[in-house]
Amino acid sequence: MSAVAPCKLKASDYKSGTKPVWCPGCGDYHVLASVTKAVAALQLAPENIAVISGIGCSSRLPAYLNSYGFHGVHGRALPLATGLKVARPDLTVICASGDGDGFSIGGNHLLHACRRNIDITYIVMDNEIYGMTKGQPSPTTAPDWDTDLAPGGTGVSPFHPLVIALASGANFVARAFSGDVKGTTRTLAEAISHPGFSFVQILSPCVTFRPDQRDWKTKVHPPPVEFTTDAAQAARRVMTDDGFNIGVLYKGSRDKYNQSVEREVNFECDFDGEFLV
Amino acid sequence: MTDRPAHSFSVALLGKGGTGVVTAGDMLLAAAARCGLYGLMIRAVGPQIRGGESAALVRLSTSPVDCLDDRFDVLLGIDWKHAERILGDISVDADSIVVTDPAEDEVPHSISATGAEIRNLEMAGLAESVTGGRVNMVALGYVGCLAGISEAAISHAIEKNIAVKGRAAVAASVAAAKLGAASATSSVPTLAVRKEAGDRWMISGNHATGLGAIRGGVRFAAAYPITPATEILEWLAPRLKDAGGALTQAEDELASVNMAIGASFGGVPSLTATSGPGLSLMIEGLGLAVCAEIPLVVVNVMRVGPSTGIPTKPEQSDFNAAVYGLHGDAPHIVVAPTSVSDCVFTTQWAVHLAEATQAPVIVLSDQFIGQANVVADPIPAIAFFAKRKLAENVAADFERHAITADGISPMPLPGTRGGQYTGDGLEHSAGAKPSGSIGDHNVQLDKRARKIANFDYGQHWADIEGDGELAIVSWGSTASVVREALQRLPDDLAAKLKLISMRLLLPARQDEMAAALDGVKRLIVIEQNHTGQLYRFLRAWYDLPADVDTLHRPGPDVFRPGEVATKLAQWCRQ
Repeated sequence: MSAVAPCKLKASDYKSGTKPVWCPGCGDYHVLASVTKAVAALQLAPENIAVISGIGCSSRLPAYLNSYGFHGVHGRALPLATGLKVARPDLTVICASGDGDGFSIGGNHLLHACRRNIDITYIVMDNEIYGMTKGQPSPTTAPDWDTDLAPGGTGVSPFHPLVIALASGANFVARAFSGDVKGTTRTLAEAISHPGFSFVQILSPCVTFRPDQRDWKTKVHPPPVEFTTDAAQAARRVMTDDGFNIGVLYKGSRDKYNQSVEREVNFECDFDGEFLV
Repeated sequence: MTDRPAHSFSVALLGKGGTGVVTAGDMLLAAAARCGLYGLMIRAVGPQIRGGESAALVRLSTSPVDCLDDRFDVLLGIDWKHAERILGDISVDADSIVVTDPAEDEVPHSISATGAEIRNLEMAGLAESVTGGRVNMVALGYVGCLAGISEAAISHAIEKNIAVKGRAAVAASVAAAKLGAASATSSVPTLAVRKEAGDRWMISGNHATGLGAIRGGVRFAAAYPITPATEILEWLAPRLKDAGGALTQAEDELASVNMAIGASFGGVPSLTATSGPGLSLMIEGLGLAVCAEIPLVVVNVMRVGPSTGIPTKPEQSDFNAAVYGLHGDAPHIVVAPTSVSDCVFTTQWAVHLAEATQAPVIVLSDQFIGQANVVADPIPAIAFFAKRKLAENVAADFERHAITADGISPMPLPGTRGGQYTGDGLEHSAGAKPSGSIGDHNVQLDKRARKIANFDYGQHWADIEGDGELAIVSWGSTASVVREALQRLPDDLAAKLKLISMRLLLPARQDEMAAALDGVKRLIVIEQNHTGQLYRFLRAWYDLPADVDTLHRPGPDVFRPGEVATKLAQWCRQ
């Protein structure tokens, strides 16, 4: 019998020690810090967490954590995380993407993960640009942003991921700003604890291809009102705000996805009888 | 050579949607099974979702059969509306009997011109004479009698099939079938019915695939509907739940393959099933499973391609996609069932291979095998189970992709303390850290190739029949046709032949093939595609005799056993 109380896990216990590939000043460093602080606040054992990502700068996140992780193919983090959570409901599953990975190539999966309301937390680090491929417009890039791929701008309006998430049935919707580590930590801890599908858009500046985003720290502000449990009201708020309200916008109480593999698998089952004539 | 074997009886039931020919075909097959016979049925349908013409193509036999005959003994048309859409699949001749209702349109000229005996049967009239009687039951009774199946067996099959509709419905159908039987006079040889026959199973290839998956230990399936693979997933949905597993419907095939990878990463043996277009979408995910070393089974029920192709018809044209479709050097396994019943074994083996090698396995079934319903001997259980080499007690210097002699590295499952790693589609070091180094790339490529190449596949790589010096290599549903063709050849010719039905298509088994071809002078490869895909693969990867022929043609014009027997006889004598 051990009389020693279990050590309290610190944020640093969740880091793998692998040096990130991110540029100096990248917002994603702060997201990494916030994720480790959030899971430390919840005292989740690192081996019981799985962080699943796709492709892009932000999707490098799992390798920097001391949890289980999967760095899959471009756009498919949510399905992979969904399969894992169905197979292993005992795990805390966190999915990480960027705006290209999550909203463009993986956009369809966002709709269905929200609709399914599976109990995972989806973090999208949104910098309104493809960073890893060096500066192409994404679904959240402003229409007049000049790039080599779209000289003079795309002329195409960005879409509104939070409204899409609300319309698709996400059970928890929040916006955070990477530079606000304290607030992001709080929001992430709440998102992880909330049952069903939790979606957190984290404004995370790309200092290399979007140096203008250094101003975001002066633009973000807490929402003027508390979160709502009314999805329509949340959608209206988020469509009419300035895009820089941070904090929890919506908390729902929809039943979460109910399919899962049982811990004790029945290996005695026999379906031979149904084929007997 | 094309003579019909006396032990087999083929009947096609044709009718417009709603006439219930497929139900009648199912009952005929079940009744035959009760009489100790074997058999097979496929549905032929027009392009419509509902309505339109459909046909039940049934073959009954005193011994197991895995393909249709070249011709039909009996073609019964409840009506002939739009029949031309299906008649291409149904060959009749002067020895056939064509049954028609005089109240309906005349038999199409293409049929009557064959010289077949045309018989009138007032199916609608007889059905109307029984309250609640149905025309398909009159047809069932008639053809059952021609085949020599007892009325008791027919009645039993009716009762079993429609008991849920109530006793009155059963009684009406039995009465209608008896009226049909009473109208039949036979001029074709009836089948020798055995009284003390053993148990029989009635099973489709798609259901057999599901059974093999569950027997092998699959407990998660991701599903996206596609013809002709959907029945695998529909069969699995409730049964996985009964077995403590789960099935999730995905939003597309990109999602389904990645869901299966995620579940398998979590430690649950996982499968998804699709057909050609879906396989194309899953190929990137298959490469991820190769690189991250995740066990995965993808069943591809091949249909006519490319693109949407002919979704309801068979072809063996996805060989190249399955073998060569992945980008990069991506060692994986491709297997194919050699008959409908073999779907159980091959799928169960695929689960075993995927779990043991921590790699993706593609099962190449096809529309014929998948959707054919056979009456067969009960399919025994085998001892292949999902068994993954796990890392349970993890040391501090643990490496997920450690270099091992057999190339297989212990895999920690999430929840295992100290085993934390990130599965990755990026090339990585043995310790699972992303790596762009030449050294890491080379050792990981070697390791992943070694574990697939050196695995012990035993004798299951192929089914080998005969010991002649002229060899035939075939696979999938075509192998079943060739197997029967050999049985039809005269003994002196058959003794010259050896059939190699390949179950393991990738990796190539050079040593086993060399042993199988020892003393073989000539070889012919028979398959159902336009370019001879397996033939070209064999020429690339195997040492073959100097004289190699190929017999291939695209689907949906499936090979028939009499036709193949004729061609093989000519080839033998060359």
